[in-house]
Amino acid sequence: MVKFNRFTLGNGLRVIVHEDHTTPMAVLNILYDVGARDEDPDQTGFAHLFEHLMFGGSVNIPNYDEPLQRVGGENNAFTSNDITNYYITLPSANIETAFWLESDRMLSLAFSKKSLEVQRNVVIEEFKQRYLNQPYGDVWLKLRPLVYKKHPYQWATIGKEIKHIEDAKIEDVKAFFKKHYNPQNAIMVVGGDIDPEEVKNLAEKWFGPIPAGEKYVRDLPQEPEQHDERRETVTAKVPLNDVYIAFQMGARLEDSFYVAELMSDILSRGNSSRLYRNLVKEKQLFSEVHAYMSSSLDKGMFVFEGKPNEGVSISEAETAIWEEMERLKNEEVPADELTKVQNKVESTMIFSEMSLLDKAMNLASFELLGDADMLNQEPGKFIRVTAGEIKDLANTLFHKDNSSTLIYLAEKN
Amino acid sequence: MNRKTPPASREIENINLIHPTSQALENGCAIFYFDSGDADLVRIEWIFGNLRFDPKRPLLNVGVHTMLSDGTSSLTAAQIADKIDFYGAFLQVDYGYDHSSVTLFSLNRHLQNTLPVIKDIITSSIFPERELETFIRNQRQKLQVSLQKNDFVARRAFNKALYGDTLYGLIADSGDYDTLKRGDMLQHFNELYQPSNCTIIVAGKISKEIKALISDSFGEWSNKNSPPDTSQPELVSAPEHFYFIEKPEALQSAIRMGNRTINRHHPDFPALQVLNTVLGGYFGSRLMTNIREDKGYTYGIGSGMSSLKHSGALFIATEVGADVCKLAVTEIEKELKLLQDQPIPEEELSLVRNFMMGSLLGSLENVFSHADKFKNLYFADLGYDYYDRYVEIVKTISATELQHLANDYLNFDQFYKVIVGKY
Repeated sequence: MVKFNRFTLGNGLRVIVHEDHTTPMAVLNILYDVGARDEDPDQTGFAHLFEHLMFGGSVNIPNYDEPLQRVGGENNAFTSNDITNYYITLPSANIETAFWLESDRMLSLAFSKKSLEVQRNVVIEEFKQRYLNQPYGDVWLKLRPLVYKKHPYQWATIGKEIKHIEDAKIEDVKAFFKKHYNPQNAIMVVGGDIDPEEVKNLAEKWFGPIPAGEKYVRDLPQEPEQHDERRETVTAKVPLNDVYIAFQMGARLEDSFYVAELMSDILSRGNSSRLYRNLVKEKQLFSEVHAYMSSSLDKGMFVFEGKPNEGVSISEAETAIWEEMERLKNEEVPADELTKVQNKVESTMIFSEMSLLDKAMNLASFELLGDADMLNQEPGKFIRVTAGEIKDLANTLFHKDNSSTLIYLAEKN
Repeated sequence: MNRKTPPASREIENINLIHPTSQALENGCAIFYFDSGDADLVRIEWIFGNLRFDPKRPLLNVGVHTMLSDGTSSLTAAQIADKIDFYGAFLQVDYGYDHSSVTLFSLNRHLQNTLPVIKDIITSSIFPERELETFIRNQRQKLQVSLQKNDFVARRAFNKALYGDTLYGLIADSGDYDTLKRGDMLQHFNELYQPSNCTIIVAGKISKEIKALISDSFGEWSNKNSPPDTSQPELVSAPEHFYFIEKPEALQSAIRMGNRTINRHHPDFPALQVLNTVLGGYFGSRLMTNIREDKGYTYGIGSGMSSLKHSGALFIATEVGADVCKLAVTEIEKELKLLQDQPIPEEELSLVRNFMMGSLLGSLENVFSHADKFKNLYFADLGYDYYDRYVEIVKTISATELQHLANDYLNFDQFYKVIVGKY
């Protein structure tokens, strides 16, 4: 149970306060309701590049990191297809420094040309390091456009291609800031060894004067239902063959989300899971095989991924994965097995409450979904999932006309 | 309002570490308890000293340890997994350079069901032949993938150069898996997994009942053999200091360089940590500022220190655009030279002092972190006064002393250097 207070400033900034006096630290987390899905198809990777530029100095503070480090703080950020999230952890006595820094960059950035130039290079190196110079690193660059034909989820947060990042201009940066980085599009969570009254005062003091800005109204092309089997095979310089089978599934707020989560746990969580036990240990067809989902705010992906052992053909590998899906479609999950994954979800949540930063990020994410208290309602939602619902969902999702298969064939020298 | 001036801030005066209570079992096993927190859960670690490394069977330790959950005389791998997962627990096996450990995360209300599983794997693992075959096949596959990652290849080559044919320098290739035999593994297991070679560290909410459950369970555990040999062969660094492993199609090159230095036991260790932080130990470090934030050569660059039982090392690691690899190496050299030639300005040094104090405080997130701090001390034969001294040194070490250290430890010409990719 994560307790919190909540208030909204006059400019629309939502603030959540969570006290935790077991730590001498405080965290200030700001979630901006903007991600790669909000990008122009010809300027992909921009939300993430922009995240880098948020560290390039703000209107009154030339260097973001330095004053924070000087008071013993650390920070980082990440961008996903849905959101951009920034966080600071620091000794609680110095919490005001976090308010000062974060409010100034919400007010306005310095928009330095040098910063843009350097961060373009940094992001291009990131593109290479994580997506191009790693075996299988480009999988999401290939799989997303297979699964999504209309929705902007068809590109990864890093962007479709390096050229989009090279082409970013300072005017684009300014326009993006104006459109997305204002109080109405942000959720702030302040947590840790803090006094809620003081947080309220500091929030008013530093964030209150920031103009509300324009409300961004999201109107994204929605992904139509899939009615065709999709497939792509690539030959690449990878050491092993690799099989991906992805299915379109419901959005994060649909009830089926909880069913799908438990289904992926049954398939793939821990050494007692079905894929590991049946396909790695018993049939010995794969060296590794997993199932997981994208948990995205719009229509999601349910993905199977496995590296077949040497001597196992691609069609044998695919058949084996499909057999596990057929089993879920035809037989109800036994009660013990369902209890097992429900227990695991419960204990995972209890353990995650050991981390202040995790709690802060979770509160922000759930507030974005509609209500931070949904964090506390999660266990109940998982407990209510039935074996019948899992079977029904398997029948809804797992058919060829809803599948996108991507095969990596190892290039033999 | 004035947004240009930072708000008032306070320095961190000191830190409060939770000290454990301890219990010595008759069989030689020591248990340490860290009792704190509201949540009804525990993390329990069983930590064992590694046996003397045998270069002819380099994978013995890795193999034995990784396969601990793969079957005992009474439970199959599947049954072990079922029990752990059913009770919502998490079981981790980790092999390290000096120690190997089994870690259990469990809700207290399920501990009576999860603890016996751990007892069983620690006392009665049998390494079934079929599981061993699967393990070897899967490890070989994974190794093939890892070997295509430049940073992985660089790390292996670097460790090998620094530490030679020892556990620290271990670089297994596919053929080494042929040396992994069930008989050897059983023998290794029986020598290593003895109470006299085990330290148990419990952190979480610990009632009398929980304590009794643990101490009763592991009190009834006897030593099968004479005390194990946990000495290690001498570390011998390679005469060759430069290694270039060419990957003609690389978009980026991995760079790893550094040298053997000192470990936590050495009085200069905290001061060297300050120097390392200035060099590459935080986002605002000199390496990051120059090579990422000014030049844009890389997504990230950093330096780090490792403290091992028989050695310590300081190293710099990065992946840079293949076309700027030489330039990046030149810039690294410049930064090292600068630290040797000029004292660190007080403005920068005071920032690093505060940053390190904040990091120390921030590293005490929950009761598990307090236990982790204790492990750093306990296995280095140090007491809690170490952290008093650490705080004192971080706050007071002078720029002149750091410059001396830079001249002792940051000699680019003496560094081992590994480049994987293009150069």
